Amino acid sequence: MAKFYASTRANDALVGAGSRGGSRGQGYWRDLDWILLISGLALTILGSLLVWSASRADLASDTDPQSYLKRHLINVAVAIALGYLASRLNYRWLRAYTPIIYGISFLLLLLPFVPGIGVTVAGARAWIDLPGGLTLQPSEFTKIAVILMMAALLSERTDIEDEPSGRDFLMALGAAALPVAVILIQNDTGTVLIIGTVAISMIAVAGVRSRWLVALIGGAVLSILFAIQLGLLKEYQVARLTSFISPDQDMGASAYNANQARIAVGGGGWFGTGLFEGPQTQGKFVPVNESDFIFTVSGEELGFLGSVLLILLLAVIMWRAAMIAWKADDKYGRLVATGILAWLAFQTFENIGMTLGIMPITGIPLPLVSSGGTSLMAVWIAIGLLQTVRLHEVRAAI
Amino acid sequence: MSERSNIRLIVLGILIFSLFATLISRLFYLQVIEGDEYRAAAENNTVREVVEPAVRGLIVDQAGRPLVSNRTSIIVTINRQELNQENEKKGDGVIKRLAEILGTTPESISERLMPCGTEGAPKPPICWNGSTYQAVPVASDVDPQTALTIMENRAEFIGVTAKLTAVREYSGPFEVNAAHILGYLGPVTEEQISEQGQTDAFDRLRRTDSIGRSGLESFYDAQLRGKPGVTTLEVDTSGQVTGTVDQKAAVAGNYLVSTIDAKLQSVVEKQLVAAVQRAQGQGNPGDSGAAVVVDVRNGQVLAMASYPTYDPGIWVGGVSQKQYKSLVKSDSLSSNATQGLFAPGSTYKVVSTAAAGKEGYSLYADYQCPKQFKLGTQIFRNYESSAYGRISLTRALEVSCNTVFYGLADRMWEAAGGNDATRDSADPIADTATMFGFGSPTGIDLPGESAGRVAGRAFKVQNWEAKRDTWCANAITAYPETRKTNPKLADYYTALDKENCADGFRWREGDALNAAIGQGDTTVTPLQMAMAYAAIANGGTVYEPKLVKAIIGADGTVIERMAPTVKSQLDLPKSTINFLQNSLPGVTTDGSGETPFIGFPLNQIPVASKTGSAQVTGDKVSTSWFASYAPANKPRYAIVMMVTQGGTGSQTSGPSVRKIYEALFGIEGTSINPNKSVLIGGAPSKALPVIRPDGTPVAPKGKMSGVLTATGSN
Repeated sequence: MAKFYASTRANDALVGAGSRGGSRGQGYWRDLDWILLISGLALTILGSLLVWSASRADLASDTDPQSYLKRHLINVAVAIALGYLASRLNYRWLRAYTPIIYGISFLLLLLPFVPGIGVTVAGARAWIDLPGGLTLQPSEFTKIAVILMMAALLSERTDIEDEPSGRDFLMALGAAALPVAVILIQNDTGTVLIIGTVAISMIAVAGVRSRWLVALIGGAVLSILFAIQLGLLKEYQVARLTSFISPDQDMGASAYNANQARIAVGGGGWFGTGLFEGPQTQGKFVPVNESDFIFTVSGEELGFLGSVLLILLLAVIMWRAAMIAWKADDKYGRLVATGILAWLAFQTFENIGMTLGIMPITGIPLPLVSSGGTSLMAVWIAIGLLQTVRLHEVRAAI
Repeated sequence: MSERSNIRLIVLGILIFSLFATLISRLFYLQVIEGDEYRAAAENNTVREVVEPAVRGLIVDQAGRPLVSNRTSIIVTINRQELNQENEKKGDGVIKRLAEILGTTPESISERLMPCGTEGAPKPPICWNGSTYQAVPVASDVDPQTALTIMENRAEFIGVTAKLTAVREYSGPFEVNAAHILGYLGPVTEEQISEQGQTDAFDRLRRTDSIGRSGLESFYDAQLRGKPGVTTLEVDTSGQVTGTVDQKAAVAGNYLVSTIDAKLQSVVEKQLVAAVQRAQGQGNPGDSGAAVVVDVRNGQVLAMASYPTYDPGIWVGGVSQKQYKSLVKSDSLSSNATQGLFAPGSTYKVVSTAAAGKEGYSLYADYQCPKQFKLGTQIFRNYESSAYGRISLTRALEVSCNTVFYGLADRMWEAAGGNDATRDSADPIADTATMFGFGSPTGIDLPGESAGRVAGRAFKVQNWEAKRDTWCANAITAYPETRKTNPKLADYYTALDKENCADGFRWREGDALNAAIGQGDTTVTPLQMAMAYAAIANGGTVYEPKLVKAIIGADGTVIERMAPTVKSQLDLPKSTINFLQNSLPGVTTDGSGETPFIGFPLNQIPVASKTGSAQVTGDKVSTSWFASYAPANKPRYAIVMMVTQGGTGSQTSGPSVRKIYEALFGIEGTSINPNKSVLIGGAPSKALPVIRPDGTPVAPKGKMSGVLTATGSN
């Protein structure tokens, strides 16, 4: 086994050497993970087209059918700019200021509770009003803050071979649990599930003892079962989570969503109806198809081929994130990359999975594709952070 | 990095890889493998149908006169969902205001809104039997001023709509009623919708449709309904039309050409009422009755009436609880002619005679007609205990001597084994009755016909098998409730049940005697009786009666001409049928049917007949029957009339039957003028009425019929 790893890593080093070169000062553009960047940009463009198609019918203003698209493109521009800034961050600085980032993000998370600022969307009190008609979903940033905080706590031990101590493990767990508790109160089940998966993935990759890991996963499964059993989840939450099992039976709105989503995707066939041509999309039969159900637009209008391309582009991002985690030269970098990988991967799976009827319906967006400024910004910041880790490891390798 | 961390990162990678693989395979399954199904679902999702109902076909009489047509009427409907969205008190306010301007009570409106089967809802058809989403009609023929008031004050009348709708018009010519023939329409029920299953055929039943609920409207609903015009529009979720997918023009429903003649029907209806009044004039209840006129050569029903009747127009726009209660109370909803079951009495003696002939008993021998027939302690009497001595069988029919037929039946019963007979032993009278069409539906083109019952060995066994358990149980418990007040009666019941429990299946001698004169357990419909006499008249063919002779398209093309259908042939010796044909005219000239036909030109138009005064259990007055056909020498029409609790056949029904023959043959006093017949040209038209392209029917030109000229020369 060890030999296998060694040889894999040697190959990576070779690839890394090939793409590197040049002097250290001009290295930023050269050392960037271009595949990651280009996939991200391609997905953002593809997403904008889909948002455009989904929003023309109902969300755009009467005078300008492109108005919603324009707002989306502004968000895209802001998001990419934030991503660039994130990629320019000093690695050490980032690690040092992680507690502050975490603290600020936690305070932001509390803002939706402030009357006059907080907004409730689809039953979740997880948004805050900003001037100019914009809304912000702080829990998106929470994901980043939790990842950074957990990475910092779990890589306390300087020796990279050291496994995290029990104290680190518990502290990391607490760093995730604190915002999760708040988000639970806000009724944003989807985000809770994502942060939970991210936390378990990070703790696993941090190398904690197997016993702890098994206990953690077991505890997570048990607490979900208990929540359902004890009726802690409200009836509609259970209905939402289980309506995907039998979407044909009438269970109200969420079953309707699941059904309409599958009709839209199923109707697309091999090649789709063509952009702007999908009757389900243009007729607005699928609710919120510009954000949570954006994949129905792809399924119907771009067909199987277009949608596979979209999934593959997302897979490329996962592959790059995984490689960055693999090659990271310190535990902090590996854990940051792992956290982002788990976040984007599970969020992608959950989002497309609910559209295809194999996952329960929860209100979370498809990374880089769905409209919604906060999510776009958070994901682009995450891509920037992946680049930071990547740049650090490339430079360390020299 | 630690090996543990590496392994776990790889595991995470593999996990994520498999999740993505899952997504792609699921996507392939949905889009490529099941794609067609979802595409169809997507199409359904985005199209809406605008349905323009087809014009329902008319029902015209044999001469082309409309019996049922269409007219427009302003009807007021209530959308229950919209009404319920108002809070309860406000909804009540709407109903109260509506009742006020419609001149009715709030209750009579509310009761129509209640879905059938819910608590406190009235019985169908008052309660709402249609779909939840469908507006409920609560009033029809509303005057335009009221309609305008409703439509101009929408806020006052939330959920209420007044609109012009095509409704059925049941006022045929000559004040003809024919309610039990024509039937009526009602809203489609949920059961009917679900019965047709999942279909997107454009002519499927829709929740907004009306459907024939009774009579020809129901039996020929598919023909009459036509096909609706359907425009399929493409819409978005908000219902905005984005394009037209498909357009199908409405196809008007087909016309029914009935065998009924409106003018004759009107005469028959009036004569039935006259017979009932005659009965009541004698101090009898005369509570119900029926009359049937059929063409003996093909089974076409020329007129058929049932008393009491109702106004078929009452159903248009829905019926109120009060109206419906009075309908039910008067027992006028079912047709006595096809659904009513009555003991046939002496009219059944033709069956016993035929059975005797078939069994080889001499029809030309003389038989004793004593005043009574003793069977152990039981005495079977003649009508008014008359005795005629030794008479011919013809005479026995003429004077309707019961004891002659008791004697014949007794001999047949003994011959079949008497008390030692088994279940499979011969039963000539019952078998002959079955052959005549009794005990089974005639096959008329109307829904809900009764089969009747032929008393005989088979019936006894069936009945015993069904009731044995009850009888045997009662024989043991011995009526404890009755015993408290009347121990003697309880003893009697117990003894009866003991006997029935032991051998209630046995066809006893007394049963056989009763059956021979149409008493006991035998019940028939007046229509069955008419078809049986028509069979005697035409030489032995039992036809299926028909009310429709042709179906014509709205454009005038003949779609179907109904050929006469033979139900069965009488398997009787020719001599037996001849005997009946030769004997029955004597009833009218020299027998029990003589009185009502005094002065009738019987030498030119001989009438074959048989009277009946059937006894009914309890203290009820006998059922008056008059079964006949004419001209007896060249039979053309059979007429049967009956009045329950009406007295004798001759006194109550006979005079009305005579009047109908007079109308048919154009008889005034003793002179016969075929031109004065109620039938144009003196006979049912052979040609079909013509339907003009605009849908109006044209009566065919009358032609002189062969029958009358032939009779006239006789």
